[in-house]
Amino acid sequence: MRKLKEFIIEKLVLISGLASIFFVILIFLFLLKEGLSLFKFVNPLQFLAGKSWYPISEPPQLGILPLILGSLVVTIGAAAISIPIGVACALYISEIAPGKIKETLKGGIELLAAIPSVVLGFIGMITIVPWIKHIFNLPTGLTALAGSVMLAFMAMPTIVSIAEDALYSVPRSYKEGALAMGATHWQTIWRVMLPAASSGILAAVMLGIGRVIGETMAVMMITGNAAVIPTTILQPVRTLTATVAAEMGEAVVGSEHYFALFAIGIVLFVISFAINVTADLFLHRETKKI
Amino acid sequence: MVKFNINDLNIWFGSAQALKGVSMKIMRNEILSVIGPANSGKTTFLRMLNRMNELHPNFKMSGEVELDGRRTSELDVESLRKRVGTVFALPLPLPLSIFDNVAYGVRMHGLKSKAATSDIVERSLQEAYLWDEVKDRLGTSAFKLSGGQQQRLCIARTLAVEPEVILFDEPCSGLDPISTAKVEDAMLKLKVNYTIVLVTNNVKQAARVGDRTAFFLSGELIELDITDKMFTAPSDHRTEGYISGKFG
Repeated sequence: MRKLKEFIIEKLVLISGLASIFFVILIFLFLLKEGLSLFKFVNPLQFLAGKSWYPISEPPQLGILPLILGSLVVTIGAAAISIPIGVACALYISEIAPGKIKETLKGGIELLAAIPSVVLGFIGMITIVPWIKHIFNLPTGLTALAGSVMLAFMAMPTIVSIAEDALYSVPRSYKEGALAMGATHWQTIWRVMLPAASSGILAAVMLGIGRVIGETMAVMMITGNAAVIPTTILQPVRTLTATVAAEMGEAVVGSEHYFALFAIGIVLFVISFAINVTADLFLHRETKKI
Repeated sequence: MVKFNINDLNIWFGSAQALKGVSMKIMRNEILSVIGPANSGKTTFLRMLNRMNELHPNFKMSGEVELDGRRTSELDVESLRKRVGTVFALPLPLPLSIFDNVAYGVRMHGLKSKAATSDIVERSLQEAYLWDEVKDRLGTSAFKLSGGQQQRLCIARTLAVEPEVILFDEPCSGLDPISTAKVEDAMLKLKVNYTIVLVTNNVKQAARVGDRTAFFLSGELIELDITDKMFTAPSDHRTEGYISGKFG
């Protein structure tokens, strides 16, 4: 009787474990099946490098280069804002802040991670967008820059918490060794702590960027959604994710437009998969080193 | 000549008292061995000398520590630690070449000239008795060295910033007897130019290299005397018990 119970529990756990892999494979296969159907109509190069996205014109023009560049501009902008601030914040929390401030800051960062993205998008819409319009004297504040600023807020919690873990796991003896040689606090941080934690910090950055690329809602609300090739950060752009979210509802099932949105899904999947694998490599390297 | 003058030193970590009323002098160019069982306060004593205890959040102290007649608490902590270097229990080479490991400290303190750097590296490695073993492969990784060589590399790295005092915190605890002998040789030759404080769990090592020996027990300095006298005719029965292996 006991053996039977053990057997059942073991198998249930096994099935639950396999389920997650099974679903990932199913999703991927479905995405591939629907997405690859597009290439019966358009060749892959035209799709990836095509300069215009007019899905409902006749015939539809399905070039996603403007969307890729839109995602890229927003992501690079967000990275440029969130990486320095995030890493500096992690440094402050792990190395400088005294006990109480440290706990408060950590709580604050976790809270930031808990804000739903639609709320962030909404706040961005009524604060950052008008500011940008006003400061740069633009016809509209719905720009790539607004998206970057907002997404930087979203990437921060990931970057800060993982980078802080990496700094925390640097052996105490490294730090003491540097201080015992007469290094100042800043020399210790810059020449010992940061290099020793570098792989973890890089992983933090990659995961932060991964979050930014995959983000949809806030971006859709505040980047303006114009599918043109961006030349500056102060113009409206449209990202890959926002395109899928905005157009899926109105695309005719089985049309080229419909397949093209799935193909965008594949592109996104490949990008975030690559980012996650890179981050994983960095994290893995760290555990091996220590 | 007195290098360190310690007067009625008490140290607490939180509510636990690690050192109780310790007063002593450390002379220039001597090797002072510090022995005692675990939790006797000997490492706390050592870390006091270059204020490394202050990294502990609940650290409190009373009493005075003077280096060359000036209170260490009044000195700039970075320059104090430059003057009073530490060699830790586990050799901790950086993931760099042998040369860069030794040059690390002086470069951090702002030395730019290549010629001066390589002079310092050579001199330090010679002082640590490692030069002959590594002079043909200064560019290889420090991890390729044996444990004893790594520890002497760490000694060279400490010497490179030209300290006056070197604190050894159980420097041979992870080493085999032959490597230990080489590190001890290096220490004996270093005392010509440096003052050395050696904390060790190995009573025989204290007897071999120390000019004077201090015995700590439960945070108190029980006895401090010329090593030979201490090991032949200790004046306190607790010292006798420890060095003859009855406890600890």
